[in-house]
Amino acid sequence: MPAPKSERLLNLLIMLLVQRRPIAKERIRELLYPDSRPDAFEKMFERDKDELRSLGVPIDIAPIDPLFDDEVGYRIPPEAFALPDVELTNEEAAVVGLASRVWQHATMAQATSDAVRKLSAAGIDVDLDALDIAQPLLTAEEPGFDRCWLAVCERNEIEFEYRRPGDDAPRTRHVQPWGVVRYSGRWYLVGYDLDRADERVFRLSRVQGEVRLVGPPGAYDVPTDTDVRDIARRLAPPSATEHAVLLVREGTGHTFRRAATRVDVGVDGPDDRTRWDRVELVRSTMGLADDVLAHGADVVLLEPVAVRERVVQRLERVAG
Amino acid sequence: MSRATPAPSGARDQVARLLTLVPFLHHRDGVRLDEAARLLGTTSDQVLRDLKVLFMCGLPGGLPGDLIDVDLDAIQSEGGGVISEGVIRVENADYLAKPLKLTAVEASAIIVALRMLRDTSQGETRTLVARVLEKLEGAAATAPAAHVDVTPSPRDVQQVVVADRKRVLDEAVAAGRQVRLTYYVPSRDEESERVVDPRGVVNHGVFSYLDAWCHRAEGERLFRLDRITKLDVLDTPTATDPRPPRDLSGGLFADVDGPDHVVATLRLGPEALWATEYYPVRDVRVADDGSAEVDLVVVDRRWVTRLLLRLAPYAEVVAPEDLAGSFRDSARETLQLYR
Repeated sequence: MPAPKSERLLNLLIMLLVQRRPIAKERIRELLYPDSRPDAFEKMFERDKDELRSLGVPIDIAPIDPLFDDEVGYRIPPEAFALPDVELTNEEAAVVGLASRVWQHATMAQATSDAVRKLSAAGIDVDLDALDIAQPLLTAEEPGFDRCWLAVCERNEIEFEYRRPGDDAPRTRHVQPWGVVRYSGRWYLVGYDLDRADERVFRLSRVQGEVRLVGPPGAYDVPTDTDVRDIARRLAPPSATEHAVLLVREGTGHTFRRAATRVDVGVDGPDDRTRWDRVELVRSTMGLADDVLAHGADVVLLEPVAVRERVVQRLERVAG
Repeated sequence: MSRATPAPSGARDQVARLLTLVPFLHHRDGVRLDEAARLLGTTSDQVLRDLKVLFMCGLPGGLPGDLIDVDLDAIQSEGGGVISEGVIRVENADYLAKPLKLTAVEASAIIVALRMLRDTSQGETRTLVARVLEKLEGAAATAPAAHVDVTPSPRDVQQVVVADRKRVLDEAVAAGRQVRLTYYVPSRDEESERVVDPRGVVNHGVFSYLDAWCHRAEGERLFRLDRITKLDVLDTPTATDPRPPRDLSGGLFADVDGPDHVVATLRLGPEALWATEYYPVRDVRVADDGSAEVDLVVVDRRWVTRLLLRLAPYAEVVAPEDLAGSFRDSARETLQLYR
């Protein structure tokens, strides 16, 4: 009876791991696939190698005799196989436990638990609940997120349909992914756009449908000096912060006051019904007009002038 | 998950488990079958089956000394049944004493989680997290992690603050202590301090609420956690009978629907439709032109006026008529201040 497949896989792994020299295919066949016909062996051996590699087991192909490269063999270099030593104190191990609760995305949460499991196997006792402090939560609702992340990790070229604001229809983009960046609570893909022959940033929420892997892993190199964060900042639509100045009625506008960099109490106001304070703050201009408007006759925006004009226009359209 | 990926197979998973289990045992004494099962996220039966496979593996050659030795008698009864509390002993497997290195996806996932943790924490915790991060970056295949970057947004920081408040409140509930909180009410743009008997923290939609007896209002009140600006657990025990927090699955307004509350109908342009996801609405009727009529329960008129101003000019009042009038008046009054 042939050995069960898992037994064969593990024996193959052990054999390639313990030998110093690469092992010839024929020798592997004799020892582990003794009863198989040549074509069946080829198929099985290829599949077995792929399965081991998919677990992260590195299988190298190298000449058996360094002086003659006419015959190649297989080996697993131990230093590339095993997790390097990590020493963590109990407190540090507890941080790892805490980190394992950060991802709210199924694939990433699974990958984190797998990593923690390997650390436990390396002798680190990770108590998942030892640190009772609040942890942040990372979410990624964009459907293309997993694939993009995998493609970045494995360096697969990808293609997807992308719709820019103002476009009538999505267009197919071909990209070598360089990185994934989360910025202002949104996920972006940074990469080299093959059709435009230039670096580009894509907002993942604008990807329509599936992200497709095209071609093998390791298909390209990310330029060594690439700073994906910098590219994202440079190319992504800015979420600009600006200096804002407001007049706020006494005892109101608490959200503005809490964020203030400066408050002048008892300044000249637009009416005499109450006292007024002058509040300065630095914040994103996004939503500033909305927040000011919600305060009605308690808050008057002085600067930025452009946002002030927008506030006035919006009020005029209601006041008639 | 990677390469020219073969479909995940039972054999592959079994090998993955064994490559974790063997080093785990190597670093510890007297690991029981059920403990191993917990680590691997599987059953004792499965671990026993895994170990039977391991028992058949070893160095090429197949001589007795070449095979890995597993003490199966300790974890399997004579009838073949599994002994969960049996201690696992494995010998002759030193070449598998170290776990596999982290895959690129595993490494980047945990590194990014740690970075997020570092960037949202402060003081000693931050230093501690930074130290762990440095150690793991040294040990993991972190090249891909270098290409993933997360910058916490203000919302992330807020979410940590809320989680922290929930923890403090849970402790206060468990200890039966009163809580003093400073609470911001946006509809009135007002900040106030009050002492409450906390019942518990409950979730509704994307928000978390503290359900409590408020001594200032002398009634049951819900406080949105992200609007609590200050929180102190007092030494004084709660003064009302402990009760579990309310079930909010029926909606926030299920218990305040009364004669003094009106239903307002607004017409929202496409620019203002986002509001239906953020505020409790009863009904949304979308029209062909992308606008929608929305019914919402109005408990506090000031609140709905503020909402209308925020959405101006993309929201109009369909009913009641007097709300339309007071909204226009507020807009005029505000506009006057700019003239």
